[in-house]
Amino acid sequence: MIGLYHPGSSIIHRTPTLLKLLLLSVGVTVVGLLGQPWQLLVALGAVFVLYVVAGIPPRPAWQQIGPILWILIIAVPLQALFAGWTTAGMMAGRLVVAVALAALFTLTTTVTAVLEGFQALLHPFRRWIDADRVGLLVALTLRCIPLVAEIVAEVLEARRARGTQGSLLALAVPVVVRSLYAADAIGEALVARGLDD
Amino acid sequence: MTRITFDGVSHSYGKRSVLRDIRLDLSEHRIGVVGANGSGKSTLVRMINGLITPTSGTVSVDGLNVARNAREVRRQVGFIFTNPDNQIVMPTVQEDVAFTLRRRGLTREQVAERTAAALDRFGLTAHADHPAHRLSGGQKQLLALAAVLVAEPKIVVADEPTTLLDARNARRITELLQEMSQQVIVVTHQLELLAGFDRVVVIDEGEVAFDGSPDAALDSYRELLA
Amino acid sequence: MTARTLTVRDLAQIAIFAALIAALGLPGALTIGAVAVPITFQTLGVMLAGAILGARKGFFAVLLFLVLTAAGLPLLSGGRGGLVWFTTSPSTGYLYGWLAGVAVIGYLTAVLLPRYPFWPALAATVLGGIVVVYLFGVPVTAVNLGLPLWAALVDSAKFLPGDVAKAVVTVLVARQVHKAYPGLIPGALRRKPSMTAGHAGR
Repeated sequence: MIGLYHPGSSIIHRTPTLLKLLLLSVGVTVVGLLGQPWQLLVALGAVFVLYVVAGIPPRPAWQQIGPILWILIIAVPLQALFAGWTTAGMMAGRLVVAVALAALFTLTTTVTAVLEGFQALLHPFRRWIDADRVGLLVALTLRCIPLVAEIVAEVLEARRARGTQGSLLALAVPVVVRSLYAADAIGEALVARGLDD
Repeated sequence: MTRITFDGVSHSYGKRSVLRDIRLDLSEHRIGVVGANGSGKSTLVRMINGLITPTSGTVSVDGLNVARNAREVRRQVGFIFTNPDNQIVMPTVQEDVAFTLRRRGLTREQVAERTAAALDRFGLTAHADHPAHRLSGGQKQLLALAAVLVAEPKIVVADEPTTLLDARNARRITELLQEMSQQVIVVTHQLELLAGFDRVVVIDEGEVAFDGSPDAALDSYRELLA
Repeated sequence: MTARTLTVRDLAQIAIFAALIAALGLPGALTIGAVAVPITFQTLGVMLAGAILGARKGFFAVLLFLVLTAAGLPLLSGGRGGLVWFTTSPSTGYLYGWLAGVAVIGYLTAVLLPRYPFWPALAATVLGGIVVVYLFGVPVTAVNLGLPLWAALVDSAKFLPGDVAKAVVTVLVARQVHKAYPGLIPGALRRKPSMTAGHAGR
């Protein structure tokens, strides 16, 4: 479960997940309240420092933050029409800082750690939510992604072999039906391997 | 060896009857079940660990009624499916083997130790942390075996375990099944898998068509096919 | 995912559909004709989850997919993942909309089964998969980008043709699947006993 995690041993990597999550929400809230351009510049600088401390190279950072910039290229001029360039620029800046903070969380926390954090957050609700089952479902889904991806690939290949272009429908029906059969078989295996209700 | 009994077992899916009044008393070490597609043999072996509950009649393992004691029986019965892809339920090789040991009251260390031993036995140690879906077809079936045997069942049931494998891997799985100290019940089309078995049951159209020594059973099965 | 009342078979179906939504976002998973169409098929997965598994299982499938994405797996189309997409991104609202949408589609589908007539089914799928999803998506886009609501609404229109097509496909697929595989949605099972029920469950 590598995901988007960028391995490292910085203090940001080592901060406990839930604390990091709390700091992230505080950070995003504060950034949302910034009203002056110079405050935003300070925040931007601070985020930059955090990335340096975490030792995140530009490439993975860009992969996380880049997509937002594309959206802003359209959104900022549009917004400038309504509210002027200063407001539009501030909005864009706040968004970029908040996105960079959230991305930093994702880049410095393993998927396993985040899932454990989620489970800990669920703890107060344990009367209604069976954490063991949640963990099982998560692992089962991770196992099923390559399985379903293979089903999709095979159906596509079969279509190509027959030389039919076919519609999306001709593709989706076999994918869904085969996925359902796979689910039945996996359900049977889970029972055989000792999981009962 | 354990004693598996089918007592007047019949089964139907809706109106379609797949098994009729099966009476069997199985206590040999290695037992083969052969029959054509749709003969009911897969349904039959799924009753041994309660995956399917018969419409009428009872199946028991060492005197335990499977329908009423499914959980206990399943701990003694390991099941190998035809398609190992559907048997793998966890993302990595090691996690998948360890899954069988959950809720067995073992400590983390015991689970790790037994998992490592099972991986070693089937030559999968080097793949322990790999995603299970990257294994070859033969390795996946070895993983399925490891994941079943790690729990040390008394009985191993295998439903056409070599059908989807190439000849080399089929031979390897066959040898492993033949060498097992556990009681083994194998459903198959591949008759050579049954060399050295103690007993072979031929199922045809939901009934026991023959039951006896492998040689005689295979003759009878070939006649059925002819 | 509370639910001790979910059978093992339900769990497997939930996991498979969460995986299906993820697989539909994998690069190169689907191209139509010669060119890769730049629309995300993940909304198709969400609509299918509701129309095929029903409200409860469909909701859990979408939730599971979103939890894995939020935890940092790059499962959103284009290899995106992480908390960004659930907090400050302009498209955040759509993801929450999926949760509400899948439940609406699932609930209405259960009512329409076993007949599942085309036009009411399409209306149900459009209501859940488009109206409800946009109801969450558009205002959040407006807030996160600081745009007036109407501008965000106009912006969202670019997704509309693709989403309508996906709703049509969902209904056509669901019709065939429910015929071939009855008993997927519990409410419908009671009215029409299934041959496969109880086979792999429990």
